[in-house]
Amino acid sequence: MLEVRDLTTKYVTRYKEDVYAVDHVSLKIEEGKTLGIAGESGCGKSTLALSLMGYYFPPLHYTSGEIIIDGQNITGMKADDVRKSILGREIAYIPQAAMNALNPTRKIIDFIGDVVRAHDPSWTKQMINDHARASFERLGLPAEVLQKYPVELSGGMKQRTVIAVSVILSPKVLIADEPSSALDVTSQKMVIKMLRDLMDTGFIKAMIFITHELPLLYNVADEIMVMYAGQIVEHATAKQAVFDPLHPYAKGLMGSIIVPESGLRSAKLTAIPGSPPNLKNPPAGCRFAERCKYARADCKVMSVPLYDVAYKRAYRCVLTELELRRAYEHGE
Amino acid sequence: MASNRNLCLSGKGVTKVFGFGRQRTVAVDHVDFDFHEGEIISLVGESGSGKTTLAKMLLGLINTSEGEIFFQGQKRDISSGAKKREYWKNIQAIFQDPYSAFNTFHKIDEVLLDCIKLRGGGKLPKEEKVKLMTDACNFVNLKFAELTNKYPFELSGGQMQRLMIARIFLLKPRILVADEPTSMVDACSRATILDYLMKLREEIGMTLIFITHDIGLAYYVSDTVYIMEHGRFVESGTADAVILRPKEPYTRRLINDVPKIYEEWDLSTV
Repeated sequence: MLEVRDLTTKYVTRYKEDVYAVDHVSLKIEEGKTLGIAGESGCGKSTLALSLMGYYFPPLHYTSGEIIIDGQNITGMKADDVRKSILGREIAYIPQAAMNALNPTRKIIDFIGDVVRAHDPSWTKQMINDHARASFERLGLPAEVLQKYPVELSGGMKQRTVIAVSVILSPKVLIADEPSSALDVTSQKMVIKMLRDLMDTGFIKAMIFITHELPLLYNVADEIMVMYAGQIVEHATAKQAVFDPLHPYAKGLMGSIIVPESGLRSAKLTAIPGSPPNLKNPPAGCRFAERCKYARADCKVMSVPLYDVAYKRAYRCVLTELELRRAYEHGE
Repeated sequence: MASNRNLCLSGKGVTKVFGFGRQRTVAVDHVDFDFHEGEIISLVGESGSGKTTLAKMLLGLINTSEGEIFFQGQKRDISSGAKKREYWKNIQAIFQDPYSAFNTFHKIDEVLLDCIKLRGGGKLPKEEKVKLMTDACNFVNLKFAELTNKYPFELSGGQMQRLMIARIFLLKPRILVADEPTSMVDACSRATILDYLMKLREEIGMTLIFITHDIGLAYYVSDTVYIMEHGRFVESGTADAVILRPKEPYTRRLINDVPKIYEEWDLSTV
């Protein structure tokens, strides 16, 4: 459905410095699958989401790589064309805290009108009304919401409205960036259920779900990619990523999971010391070496590729799978 | 068990009402609690359940509308500024947003010096003060020498959060109220902050009160959990009893709605 090859994008700062926030990322999503992206704040998760759409505006710049959505290569398309014909139709994006971006002085239906007309000015008011009503009903949202102002809606309802609006032109791929982080647990569950329904009913064909909440990701995603300092460091099925991570960073991340289940209290929470490297001048070797307790002398100088170990299983570390597993056994 | 220990902070019928007439809102509704020395307590509730209001009353930042709060068995008296300052030697807080917790116009060493003054160390020689501040920064892995001439906004979020913990290290309160200390950070930094808080607790032996909506966190850290709904405690008890064997439907729902990794997350019940 969506294929990305070696995508690299950079931010150019005020002082003309290049910051490579997404560094040679390749990924592939099949129809009906959800890809989860995990990582700590500042590791490039949201930048990756932006880059995936092929819609670049300063300070974000495209450097290299290819993006193919459903057989259509959108690399090198003009930003304006991407906005008109790709965004919303092929690929939709729900940014973080999108629900706070609703214009408080306009009704939801007017907002939908703007979205639809931006892509196709020929729609009449009646068409928009009917279409909005129909798709809200299909998504299980009350149609009254359309005639309301954002302040009249609760947080959870606002978020679900934003999701409904973002898929109103039936995109193939939906990128959801922390869609439920600002909500309480019950609203979060409703939002997740809605996203799951979207997939099940074929409203959208594939989804990329970005969050730092690992228990949530585990429940939503089929596959998980762990990002660190702009690079993918681990790619595995959700189950493998949570219960059997290979990369030391992924291992540390999974060790910080807190869930209200028995056995948690006796488990030791692992904190990863230090902080991610500055991407203005990233380290030559492994980017995690500074913080890694299994790091060897050559880790800091040798740049590490992403090794494929099995079908849909890859990690970025100089240590072999066996060495890593042995290290984890002794470390605990 | 905790009940053998000395009472540290307790409340009888503590109530807070905001507004009057049609706008009258009861934020905290006649709650009773007994917190013991050295215990780790979690007050868990969704947004709007009154947990932060209760925390503010515990801290003496707002007055109670009804009811009494007892500190070490004595009725708490915070009627004057001097008495408040005396009380604040014993109880301190860290908040979720480190950016808004510091005075933007005060340099970091002033922030830390204030803590020393509050502990009655205002007249210490300068070298001693610097030593105290350096120790506090070392405790949380910050370098005091690099911070002295900086303003809070020049630090990163993680550094600020650690600086807040360094403040507590200097203040050495009997009780620390942590209001959503980890809700704005990712899982990884959460573990770091919890590590520091637990280390700090061992170091100065204080009572810790977590205010949180994160049930997993409450279960992981606390001895006693109080579940709050609409300003009332609906359930309380040891962490194992409340989280693993909840009795109230509200608690059960709250726990059900959290995504888990060992059990199936049931999406049909929304």
